Amino acid sequence: MKIGIPKEIHHGEMRVATTPEAAAQIIKLGFSISIESGAGLGANISDEAYKEAGVEIVADTQTLWKQSDIIMKVRAPELNLSLSLEETELLSPGATLISFIWPAQNEDLLNKLAAKGVTVLAMDSVPRMSRAQKLDALSSMANIAGYRAIVEAAQHFGRFFTGQITAAGKIPPAKVLVIGAGVAGLAAIGTAKGMGAIVRSFDTRPEVKEQIESMDAEFLMLDFKEEGAGAGGYAKTMSKEFIDAEMALFAEQAKEVDIIVTTALIPGRPAPKLITAEMVASMKAGSVIVDLAAEQGGNCELTEKDQVVVKHDVTIIGYTNLPSRLANQSSQLYATNLRHLLTELSPEKNGLLNINFDDEVIRGTTVIKEGAITWPAPPPKLSAAPAQQAAQASTEVVAEPKKSFLPPVVQQLLPIVIAGLVLFGIGAVAPESFMTHFTVFVLACFVGYQVIWNVSHSLHTPLMSVTNAISSIIVIGAVVQVSTANNTVTILAGSAILLASINIFGGFLVTRRMLEMFRK
Amino acid sequence: MSHSLVTMSYIVAAILFILSLSGLSNQESARKGNYYGMLGMAIAIIATTLSASVTVYSVLIAAIAIGGLIGAKAALKVEMTQMPELVAIMHSLVGLAAVLVGYANFMDSSISIAGVEKTIHEVEIYIGILIGAVTFSGSVIAFGKLSEKINGKPLLLPGRHWLNLSLLFAVIGLGAMFLQQTEAGGEAIIPLAIMTAIAVLFGIHMVMAIGGADMPVVISMLNSYSGWAAAATGFMLSNDLLIVTGALVGSSGAILSYIMCRAMNRHFLSVIAGGFGTSSGGEAAAIEGEVQPIEAEEVAKLLQDSKNIMIIPGYGMAVAQAQHTVNEITKLLRDKGKKVRFGIHPVAGRMPGHMNVLLAEAKVPYDIVFEMDEINEDFGNVDVSIVIGANDIVNPSALNDPNSPIAGMPVLECWKGETTIVLKRSMASGYAGVGNPLFVLDNTRMLFGDANATMQAVLKALKG
Repeated sequence: MKIGIPKEIHHGEMRVATTPEAAAQIIKLGFSISIESGAGLGANISDEAYKEAGVEIVADTQTLWKQSDIIMKVRAPELNLSLSLEETELLSPGATLISFIWPAQNEDLLNKLAAKGVTVLAMDSVPRMSRAQKLDALSSMANIAGYRAIVEAAQHFGRFFTGQITAAGKIPPAKVLVIGAGVAGLAAIGTAKGMGAIVRSFDTRPEVKEQIESMDAEFLMLDFKEEGAGAGGYAKTMSKEFIDAEMALFAEQAKEVDIIVTTALIPGRPAPKLITAEMVASMKAGSVIVDLAAEQGGNCELTEKDQVVVKHDVTIIGYTNLPSRLANQSSQLYATNLRHLLTELSPEKNGLLNINFDDEVIRGTTVIKEGAITWPAPPPKLSAAPAQQAAQASTEVVAEPKKSFLPPVVQQLLPIVIAGLVLFGIGAVAPESFMTHFTVFVLACFVGYQVIWNVSHSLHTPLMSVTNAISSIIVIGAVVQVSTANNTVTILAGSAILLASINIFGGFLVTRRMLEMFRK
Repeated sequence: MSHSLVTMSYIVAAILFILSLSGLSNQESARKGNYYGMLGMAIAIIATTLSASVTVYSVLIAAIAIGGLIGAKAALKVEMTQMPELVAIMHSLVGLAAVLVGYANFMDSSISIAGVEKTIHEVEIYIGILIGAVTFSGSVIAFGKLSEKINGKPLLLPGRHWLNLSLLFAVIGLGAMFLQQTEAGGEAIIPLAIMTAIAVLFGIHMVMAIGGADMPVVISMLNSYSGWAAAATGFMLSNDLLIVTGALVGSSGAILSYIMCRAMNRHFLSVIAGGFGTSSGGEAAAIEGEVQPIEAEEVAKLLQDSKNIMIIPGYGMAVAQAQHTVNEITKLLRDKGKKVRFGIHPVAGRMPGHMNVLLAEAKVPYDIVFEMDEINEDFGNVDVSIVIGANDIVNPSALNDPNSPIAGMPVLECWKGETTIVLKRSMASGYAGVGNPLFVLDNTRMLFGDANATMQAVLKALKG
């Protein structure tokens, strides 16, 4: 099938839905790809680079949309101003669209697409489960947003992040507070930490404490019991009491920290207001707030969408296109997400799409199938958090000691007593000649024990083949018997010699072969 | 040669055997150890041949020549991956030889002893044949399982412990009958033959009931048996050299079995009694989650970006004959200044030390090959672990799921590293039939396909 990659038309959107590397892999899946001329320029990818990867370059927007069976985009379809045409209208009937859609916020768009009778896969609706991680574009974009948030903050912050003592005086380290430790929050923590700042973080979900601490940041504890994890690992709305306690914590922190990064989002709802105007006013002059929730209304009361504003001497950054500000990187990750999705959709690698609704990942991602709206999908069944608890519960059981029906003293002494009785029994009846042999036997057992105990692990196989060859000493027994007059005995002894000789030669030679191979 | 001279030669041979085993304790002296063994064997055979009791040489020389030829050919031809099978079949030969020597000794009428000594002699013959027969049939079955001619799954007959017990009583009963018959001068060979048949059945049943994952224990146990068979023959023939050597081999095999059992945290008796995993109480936790596949090119990229790499080989590497490719990748990565090490689990493969032999064959230097205990602490610093066709030895449920059949077995804790790549043919469970939660961990990537083919692809991507 033909895949078309149109140029993004959204204002400020620099990303592109595929890169030459990803395209080469997609072509291996049996698809052919065309791209609108100049689509990759925002992400510093030239048409030539695509051409080298085997991608066809199409100059005309309308032709590209018309000829493609599958359209892969970053942003949801919108009005193309230069053509005065809705992108939805450009889709050919029966085509498949793969892009961000945000079906909860864009009901009109969903209805329009359904009316066109197309199939739509929404990259924002990929279910949150381990198998779907590789196509989870929300996570990959959030990671970039988190990184960029710190870079933006650093640009507007008038001081170092890292603390230093120099000849020109002491530089205190910057203090960063990250609210919401999702993918973006953790990326922000990591970046800020890497630049040397002191990082604190808060999240309503207690299970992320460990993740925050694993990034070497401090987890701000709220002395309040309420489970903040909703379905699919996302946060949910908290109770009034909880929010009050939370706000008190933020108010206190705001006076102390230099930079606040907020990433608090609840799926399908406006962003919770966490930083009030008073808190902003209480911050030190020159502080920076980066509001990653600006698109959904912002976590800070004073955030203005897509703007950088200075209020109460605090810079408040409300960019909504942070991934686009690292267009090359985010295009690469998004293209890889799309490639993984195509791999899932085309398991036979024959260049055909198979929208298999038995597959939980594909089911969740598909919002319209051949004109029928299939959104929202039933919630995914698996969530990481409860499974971990189960694992912990089972670890505790290990500690229980096994109970035996014999007391430990008896258990320890029993073998010694039995061995003693056996030895006594043998000694009582055995004649002198047997006892001399028996002495030799027992001593040899102990010599063997002492010698073998030191053998290094890597030599166990050669040891076995050598002992195997040596145990063929049994040949001596046969050699002694082979000369008797009894024919049957001679035959038996002769066969025993034959078998044992195989072993002697085979065992020693194969050991030599093995030992020759061991080298430093 | 006089009797004293022969005895003196035997003493020298016994010392050489001891030196041989102690020589094998480390890499530097191992080759010398092997030569001591050969020398000891040669002295023992020549001294015996020249002793007064040997007068006919034709059969003797013919048998040694033919046997030696077959043995030498097998030794030079065998693939290193087939070492477990070779060792198993060689054990069976020792067992069979012990049986034959026992019968020959029984039929040899030239021995004239009486009273308690005679009874003890008969008992020795009986026990020698018993151990020999068990070793023989057990080893043949082990060979069949290892070469996959017989299904590796444990065969669990209902009431198998009772069956074993009744076989044991039958053997004791037959022993009494055998002694009675020899005293009375009757047909003692009948109970002896029935006992041999029972011993053969017992050997078959014993090894059939043992699961594939327990094979290293079985092999070393049979190794031990072949030693005890030689020792029993020594008692029978009043030959101290046989006793000493048999005891050496017997205790060596027993210690190896013990080491293997400890490596799997299993009780020796429960391995011997067979039936892997039937003793554990509850249901093992089901494995939930999805695996994340990875491509060979991505693996190569991952390796290029890492500093500290651990390779964990398992039986799958042996099956796919991937050790040479693995060595080439190792060389390439080491040339690029990366730290590459091998982590070997004591029971990886189907025989003690199996992996070491394969890596040695591929010329992996042995100072970068480490035992589990040496490197398990270090996984926190590892960037990428590559698990090649291993399953149970890297199964985290051994540590955290008390109901798992392998609970408590020490494992290589590769999941503590940054990323783990698992090479696997498909999503089937390991030899022990146990699911592995490692495969669905967040930091695990699965590389599906034949280990050699996928490693070749990784190598190509690393070069390209």
